[in-house]
Parts: sequence; structure tokens; C-alpha cells
Amino acid sequence: MSILMWTWIIVGLSFALYIGIAIWARAKTTGDFYVAAKQINPIMNGMATGADWMSAASFISMAGLISFMGRDGAMYLMGWTGGYVLLAMLLAPYLRKYGKFTVPMFVGERYYSQSARVIAVICAIFVSFTYVAGQMRGVGVVFSRFLEVDINTGVIIGMAIVFFYAVMGGMKGITYTQVAQYCVLIVAYLLPAIFVSIMLTNNPIPQLGFGSTLSENGMKLLNTDGGYLLSKLDGIQKDLGFAAYTGRGAKSMIDVFAITLALMVGTAGLPHIIIRFFTTPTIRGARASAGWALLCIAILYTTAPAVASFARLNLIKTVHEKSYTEAPSWFKNWEKTGLVAWMDKNGDGKMQLAKGNAFKGKVAFDKTAVGPYGEKVVTTPVDDKSANELYVDNDIIVLASPEIAKLPNWVVALVAAGGLAAALSTAAGLLLVIASAVSHDLLKSIIVKNATEKQELIWARFAAGGAVIVAGYFGINPPGFVAQVVAFAFGLAASSFFPIIVLGIFWKRANKEGAMLGMLSGIAFTAAYIIYFKFMNPTANVAANWWFGISPEGIGSIGMCINFLVTIVVSNLTPAPPAEVQRMVENLRYPREIA
Amino acid sequence: MSHSKDLQEYWRRNLRYVVILLAIWFSVSYGAGILLADTLDNIKLGGFPLGFWFANQGSEVIFVLLIVVYVKLMNNLDQEFDVHEK
Repeated sequence: MSILMWTWIIVGLSFALYIGIAIWARAKTTGDFYVAAKQINPIMNGMATGADWMSAASFISMAGLISFMGRDGAMYLMGWTGGYVLLAMLLAPYLRKYGKFTVPMFVGERYYSQSARVIAVICAIFVSFTYVAGQMRGVGVVFSRFLEVDINTGVIIGMAIVFFYAVMGGMKGITYTQVAQYCVLIVAYLLPAIFVSIMLTNNPIPQLGFGSTLSENGMKLLNTDGGYLLSKLDGIQKDLGFAAYTGRGAKSMIDVFAITLALMVGTAGLPHIIIRFFTTPTIRGARASAGWALLCIAILYTTAPAVASFARLNLIKTVHEKSYTEAPSWFKNWEKTGLVAWMDKNGDGKMQLAKGNAFKGKVAFDKTAVGPYGEKVVTTPVDDKSANELYVDNDIIVLASPEIAKLPNWVVALVAAGGLAAALSTAAGLLLVIASAVSHDLLKSIIVKNATEKQELIWARFAAGGAVIVAGYFGINPPGFVAQVVAFAFGLAASSFFPIIVLGIFWKRANKEGAMLGMLSGIAFTAAYIIYFKFMNPTANVAANWWFGISPEGIGSIGMCINFLVTIVVSNLTPAPPAEVQRMVENLRYPREIA
Repeated sequence: MSHSKDLQEYWRRNLRYVVILLAIWFSVSYGAGILLADTLDNIKLGGFPLGFWFANQGSEVIFVLLIVVYVKLMNNLDQEFDVHEK
């Protein structure tokens, strides 16, 4: 059976499963809708958090990014896992003890201020929308690559599915579908990685495989002599003029440090992750569930660098200096989708990889022309400064791995279903944050205070539906800055929520004045820095102009420090919070109610 | 129900655990994986340069273990001070 056929079958089955779960897990109360009635088992919650967290970018693009960045790429691995340690020890158990529905609600009550709550609502909505637009786009991209439908049609199919289970099931429906989606995506990620690892090193565990020596079979496939896989890769990289794969990369140490910190703290401050810990039945469960979540995530995140180095070595050895006519079949398959492209700059009929870009700008093909060797003809002007003849998209590293390992067609289809699961699960979690911010934090608490439970549930469904439509719109008409705003989402989460929630829990003296000024100054600084370098003056966005050598991606860590500092100083200069607020904070510390 | 002095002691112990565990959290990732990575890379762990390993694998595995230890410690502490949920 063809790949396309298998893909329709497997994707179809997985969608049927998600819809089935949605019908079974309908939300009947606002408690169901916002926090799944606090009845989610910690292991299930861990899996759901894993799916919620791992987006289309983690699943499809991250390994490729690492593969091209070498050791610098580990900032994503550490940054996107380390935040869970902070969550487990500084936030999750206390917020669970607090026991209400949303992050802005906590901010509002802890800092006894509607204005603080409104600032938090705006941050939550902004962070979630920037994120969700990328997910919807991701759904469209997976559809167009694997199922040969138009990207926009893909976005609309994705919207319809999410609409169905988010609007019907709220948090309850989302949680159980995320559990299923985690299973799909983790199998889809591990299976090809395990087979490639066996093929190259005879070690079935990819995490160990990339630190092993090449097997007989691996040597034959790559046409090279034996030795450790990573030192082989370092050697080849150096021969081609790249930096050693395992050594220091292009970024400065301080920038790697700052980006890692911003990603970690940003993770711990993202509302769609924090609210997952509101759903467990107990505080004990909330703690445990952070551990399960990180385990579920770490399984993929420790496999990713293995996939990255296998693919990098394989790419160089099977493509570099090979004539196009004998290129591996995956190369020709993915050339059709524009993820790889070749232009014979030196006219020798062979494909050469080298430092620098092959082309100037985004690769585009002539629709009909065929080159002398049967290759697709690139219309983008070539970059004469580099001898590099190949354009290789980051995403190819994961997408082509089943074909590289010569796995059957259904595995390729499974990878498509995995990418969709990753994108849909993250989108759903984000949409819920938006829906609850609108229906609970704005409508119920500020505008129509005496609404009944039934009315609120209807608003929540409408808000979720509305959010799906807005997200879909951005998926179809992506704002030009989607890639840039990821830095924004993390920077804002790091510089707004994290400091005031941590201080709110651990420091009774933190007061309304401190928190509001802290949040505003953290956000203002971070936003100003990112907007200046990313939008107003992008040509100045080079290391020489950055403060302390910290890029806009890492500036959230400084924004966080500013927020901490301002909150502490201002709180000390203004009156202490009211006694009942201090009592509430005291109470958060102990799992049982203390009289 | 616990005495207020006990409650303060419970909170102090909790903070001590968190500080120690986060010190490890910092050392394996920012320390071994970034600041000292170049030096550690001279040591090999099988085919892995050690700094590279901490950044790519070690930190992530140790993070999971840190949470496991934290959960165990806190659950015991809750019991010891009789503040666990019933």
C-alpha cells in the first residue's frame, strides 16, 4: 500500500479516536470545563502535560535544529525540560492547594487587585494566541506534506477537530484526548529512532546509540571505517569546514546561558502548562504529576539529539560528493515538497555540502523545468560566496528518518499522525487558556458577576469556539512574524508570570503595588528589547549591538530579574498586604487546611 | 493538628530541600552543560565528550530524578509533621 493511502488510514483512525474520546468525556459543569473536575490521575496528567507541551515544533523541527547547531542546540533540550523542575518545586503543589481555575485568578486574589488580574489576563491571552497560531499552521503543513492537500484545507480540518473536542469537552475532553495523542506521538517518534540506532550502531536504545561505535552494517551503509559515531561526525564536520559537532557552537556562552534560562523560566510561566496542575485530585498528585510529565517529555527530548546526530552523519555521508543520479530515494521524495533542493554550482553533477547558504533567500522552484540530471530547478538566486549546493530544511531530519531507516510505509504514515497529534494537543491546551481567561476572568468576574453556572459554561464554550476560529484565521493568514514571536511568548511568560507567582507563594510581604509594577516593568523591558531588534531595526540584530551579548531570544531572563527586583523593592517601600491575604499565603504552604 | 512552631520547622525543611535540589539543577545544566562544558569535553564517557553529554542527556535525566527525590522527600515530610491530606 502506498504512503499516501496508509497516511489517510492512520490519520483517519487517530482522528476518529480523538472524536470518540470527546463524546465520552463531555463537560457538564464549569469545574469539568476548566479543570476536568480535578479528577485526573497523576500519570494521565503527566502524559497529557507532555502532549500539551510538545508542539509541532518539538516534534518536527527540534531535532533538525539541533542537528545544525551541534552542542548549542542543547539549549532547547535543557531549556524546555528544566522548567519542570521549577514547576514541581516552586509552583505546582501550591497552586493546586490554592485550588481554583485560572492563573490570572490566582494573581488577582493573591495581589487583591482586579487590575493585576486584568494585566495577567492580557498576558495569558497574548502568549497563548502567539503560540496557537503556529500550531494551526503546523497542522496545515503536516497535511500538505503528507496528504497532498492544500495547507489551508489542512488548517480547516485541524480547526474542525479541535473545535469539536475543545468546545464539547473543555479541559476534561482535552485531557483525555491529549493522553491518546501522547501515545501516538511518542510511538511515532521513537520507532524510527530505534531502527536507525540499530542500523548504525546495533544499539536499540537511541540515547546510548549515538555514544556508541558504528556497527559493521553502519560502516557499510555510510561507507566509512569504524570508531565512535560522534567522533566520526566531528571529523567529517571539520573536513567540510564546519565547527566540530560536539564542541562549542556559533553562539556565545552568555547567550546560550541566557536563552536556556529564558526558556526554562518561560516554560514554568506558561499558563497552559501551569493549569494542568490544577486538575489533579490532590497536592501529592500535583507533585507526582510534574515528575510524570517531565519523564514523558524527557523520553522524546533525550531521543531528539540522537536522531539529530544520526541524521546529520547520514546526510553528509550519503549526499555529499554523490552525483544526483545516485542520490538516496528519500532525497528525491522530499525534493518534491521543497524541503531539500540542489543547484549544481560548479557543474560537476555532484552534490556538495559546505559552510554557508546555497541560495539567497527562500527556496522556490520552477514549476515545470527539469535540470540536466532530473533535479528540480531552483529559481532563487544562488549565493556565490558559498560553495554549498544544497538547501536542507531542518524538518527533513525527523520527517525523512523512517525512509532513511528503510522502514515500511505505515511508519511514515505514523510520523504524520504523530506530528498532527503534537500540533493539535498543544493547540487545544492553549485554546482552553484563552477560553477560560475570557469566560471566567473577564466575563464572570468583572463584567457579569451574578451569572449562573449554566450561563458561564455556555460562555466558556462560545469563547473556546471563538478562539478556535481566530487561531484558524491566523493559521491561514500567518502574520509575517510568527517565527519571531516565539521569543516573545517565552520572554513574556518569563518576565511577567513567573516572578510574581513565585514571590506570591514564597514571600508573604509581596504586595499589590510591587507585583503590578514588577509585571509591568518586566514586560515593558522585554517587549521593548524584542520589538526593537526584531521589528524596528532588524539589521542591528547582531551580537555586537546586544546588551551584554544577550540576544532577543534570551532577554526574557533579564526581564525576569527586573521583575523580581522591582517587585521586591516596591513591596518593601509600600504597605504590607492585608492580614487575610497573608493568611491565605501561609495556608498555601501546608497540604492540609490549617486552622 | 500541628503546633505553629512545628509548622515553621516544616516550612524551613521544605525550603532547605528546594535549595539543595535547585543547586544540583543549576550545576548539571548551567554548570556542567554550559559554563564548564568546554573543559568537561576533554573527559570522555564512552563516545560522548562529558560536557556534550551533560547538555544533551545528563541534565534531562537528572532533572527527572530531582523531581522524583523531591516528591519522596515532601511526602515523607508531610507525614512527619502531620500536614498530609486526608
